[in-house]
Amino acid sequence: QQVSAALREGRVTPTELCQRCLARIKSTAFLNAYITVTGEAALRQAEEAEERHRRGQPLGVLDGIPIAVKDNFNTAGIETTCASNMLKGYISPYNATVVQKLLDQGAVLLGKTNLDEFAMGSGSTDGIFGPVRNPWSYSRQYKEKSGAKSGSEHEESDWVITGGSSGGSAAAVSAFTCFAALGSDTGGSTRNPAAHCGVVGLKPTYGLISRHGLIPLVNSMDVPGILTRCVDDAAVVLGSLAGHDPKDSTTVQDIFQPFELPNLTDVSKLSIGIPKEYCAPGLSSEIQAVWSKAADLFKDAGAKVVEVSLPHTPYSIVCYHVLCAAEVASNMARFDGLEYGHRSDVNKSTESMYAATRREGFNDVVRGRILSGNYFLLKQNYEDYFVKAQKVRRLIADDFVKVFGSGVDILLTPTTLSDAVPYTEFIKEDNRTRSAQDDILTQAANMAGLPAVNVPAALSGRGLPIGLQFIGRSFQEKQLLTVAKWFEKQVKFPMIQLEEMKRGDHGVLQHQKSASFS
Amino acid sequence: VAARGCGGVWRRAWQRCPASRPRRAVACNARGGAVPAGQSGLAPWIPVVGLEIHAQISSNSKLFSGSQVQFAAPPNSLVSFFDASLPGTLPVLNRRCVEAAVMTGLALNCRINKKSLFDRKHYFYADLPAGYQITQQRVPIAVNGSLSYSLCIDNKMSQMVTKTVRIKQIQLEQDSGKSLHDDARSQTLVDLNRAGVGLMEVVMEPDMCSGEEAAAAVRELQLILQTLGSSQAIMAEGQLRVDANVSVHHPGEPYGVRTEVKNINSIRFLAKAVDYEIQRQIEELENGGTILNETRAFDSKLGCTVPMRDKEGKQDYRFMPEPNLPPLILYDTKSLPANVNHQQVVNIDWIHERLPDLPSVKRAKLVELYGILPEHSFTLVNEDGLTEFFENVVKQTQMKPKKVIGWILSDLLSRLKQHSLTVKESPVGSFLLADLLNLLERGEISSSAAKQVFEELWKGEGKTPLEIVKEKQLELIQDQEELEQICQAVIDEREKE
Repeated sequence: QQVSAALREGRVTPTELCQRCLARIKSTAFLNAYITVTGEAALRQAEEAEERHRRGQPLGVLDGIPIAVKDNFNTAGIETTCASNMLKGYISPYNATVVQKLLDQGAVLLGKTNLDEFAMGSGSTDGIFGPVRNPWSYSRQYKEKSGAKSGSEHEESDWVITGGSSGGSAAAVSAFTCFAALGSDTGGSTRNPAAHCGVVGLKPTYGLISRHGLIPLVNSMDVPGILTRCVDDAAVVLGSLAGHDPKDSTTVQDIFQPFELPNLTDVSKLSIGIPKEYCAPGLSSEIQAVWSKAADLFKDAGAKVVEVSLPHTPYSIVCYHVLCAAEVASNMARFDGLEYGHRSDVNKSTESMYAATRREGFNDVVRGRILSGNYFLLKQNYEDYFVKAQKVRRLIADDFVKVFGSGVDILLTPTTLSDAVPYTEFIKEDNRTRSAQDDILTQAANMAGLPAVNVPAALSGRGLPIGLQFIGRSFQEKQLLTVAKWFEKQVKFPMIQLEEMKRGDHGVLQHQKSASFS
Repeated sequence: VAARGCGGVWRRAWQRCPASRPRRAVACNARGGAVPAGQSGLAPWIPVVGLEIHAQISSNSKLFSGSQVQFAAPPNSLVSFFDASLPGTLPVLNRRCVEAAVMTGLALNCRINKKSLFDRKHYFYADLPAGYQITQQRVPIAVNGSLSYSLCIDNKMSQMVTKTVRIKQIQLEQDSGKSLHDDARSQTLVDLNRAGVGLMEVVMEPDMCSGEEAAAAVRELQLILQTLGSSQAIMAEGQLRVDANVSVHHPGEPYGVRTEVKNINSIRFLAKAVDYEIQRQIEELENGGTILNETRAFDSKLGCTVPMRDKEGKQDYRFMPEPNLPPLILYDTKSLPANVNHQQVVNIDWIHERLPDLPSVKRAKLVELYGILPEHSFTLVNEDGLTEFFENVVKQTQMKPKKVIGWILSDLLSRLKQHSLTVKESPVGSFLLADLLNLLERGEISSSAAKQVFEELWKGEGKTPLEIVKEKQLELIQDQEELEQICQAVIDEREKE
């Protein structure tokens, strides 16, 4: 109701809003959150929104609201790169369904955000446009706690990662350059950066939101993710995106009813499950403490809090890696340089052109997954790897079914193993190792297709955000977000205090006090 | 002359098929000196022939995308984002294609799988934009059927024998684009119009043993598909493509190594290619050689099969389930859920009830209805448009169908064949022929006169039979008195001499 109401009441106009956001993008350019900024087009959209508001006919809550979209969604007429050389310069000829839906609601598209190449990674560090910096690296909270002087040399070496792979979108929302952003979530790629950047990251149920136009990583696990500054906003965006799409055969046919989140006051009828396997090796004691405190919060408010077990959790990472690599190998087969994208100059033969194009176009993370994926899919290996992984996947999904069937409504877990690490430390391990470590708490939800949301919970000892994850039943987003909203209200997560914000943006900040637009 | 046909065996039979004897060419090594049957002292051979047939589905749009299906359109003018494999596009199954496959499965006595699955088959080729083909490898839409076809023994129409070939399965899959190799400029031109068009792959078990059988089976399948309308099945337009799997072995021994023969562009060439390959394998083995499990192309100019260049080793297609398509569920009246949108479901029983008469049924009906011989009805159904022509004539004439058929087959058809015309192109229409036959039936002309009139009609000058008869004075004289006068005149003439 905040900014949207402000727009409707004329306290601020869409064009003003748009300009402020664009200015903000410029002033935070060092975050490297955006690959493409579509300033002109955005202003035009803002003007149209303004016209509609003037006539008293806004399209909806999202009319005139600036948003950003991860660069693995197709956007018509706008470069769509997936942060890869393979698609550098590729101008998409169509809009992804979710992009179209947002535009149809009057949202203003500011630009395409940065990511790990083809969404492979957990740091948003392995794309051709360079790593994304966590805005919290420049917050007063972090600087005070890390004892760093605000000299640029320290900033340069101490900045922390956003997490990934939707790091650009998370940073964009966190740094107030937009009010909502689209990410994608295959193994945690929306929730992980949401946790590190202190924003709400929602992974909807698989099959609820259309994937048409989302360049796939793992078709059977990908979903579009929603990043916002508060839970209510996530519900609003979800409402405008969910529903059957005839262009995506994996979306469910049921009619989706958008909902408003009630203000839950009584949690006594709620049963919260705490899966013991999520106390994973490497989980920082800080996060464990925050998790514990959250469980107590629910208990003290009258909810039933029980320890549950998801016994196949330890196997999910390997299982995920096999299935992910196999699908990647298949999905990347189309990048041969013939129809679109990068084409090598090598033209001795078709095969040599393919090989050179793919070597030049993909980074080694992508190439590594393609090679392993093809290995797993070989006839002699198929049963042992792919089919086995599918069977384990079924067991993992069944774990959740059992737990939810035993009366538990929502699961509460940590989202990440620790707060955001400095970039210099992160790159000491390779992408594969990092992904294996960082996805551990998030990717079971992708395997089972369940909805899950990260809610910022507290600041760490270093002044960086810690988030907690709620996992819900299939297609029960309303219940999931209602609980998440209650939790959000209880913890009152602090707003990021960026020094740049002191000047100029004060006016906008007034409207953004609770940092929401709904 | 060697015996042939299944149940019989093959011997080296160079003399029998001079047309298919390999000419002198590098790849086709013809040894002269035919060995007459019975003298060679060699053990007999049993040829084994199986077929993989790809039939393009007759539909307005492609299997998984909305682009149009059309033959000979300007290159790359019928290509949607999905067909070009643009990133982010997803397949959406075409209902009409599913119905076509179900129809075909039912017509071939298959069990229709109520749940079938889609898979990805991976390989890299310029005409396969996604790097994989969507097909049905694990569970196809129809399995375990059969096809009956007829052959004439020793080219005598009067001795027809019916054979059956088992249908292993029918699966739905995407067609690839077309690549044209321009060796002069060392480039390949790719046209994606055909990429994504729906195909039914029909797999026939190796129950056949000669080119003739293979050709007859394919011809019958073609007729069935055309009757159903599920495919136009015109080989010349690439709507029906046949690959043959051929091997030979001695009776009592295990099957031999088989080769796959591709690039067969007509039913006639199919028979030739299979027969050539059988003979090639026999010769190779009798000379102590071995057969490689390879793919060979049929060279229609040379009449032989040659190894195909670019097949290096066996391909591992890395099959994987297609994650973007849920299992295909089909219903019958029993399993159909109560409140369901009929646009969203395919009901097998509904389709079954609406199947048209298959060729075998049509033939039986013709025999019963018109009292013609089975081999006659075979020819009628085999020639495009001939049944209709025949029935039109029968309708318009008092002549018995048993007599009409003679005119249709001996006079009309043979002449059409002589001039390489189709029934539709016949200069003599059914109306004219009926007219003529009526004159004959009423005794107004003799049968030899009728033949003359037919000749005239064939010229297509627009004259009616009656006009021709009058013109050439071919009327039969009925008047007793007139006849007596003529006879008397002739006798008088004679007496003078």
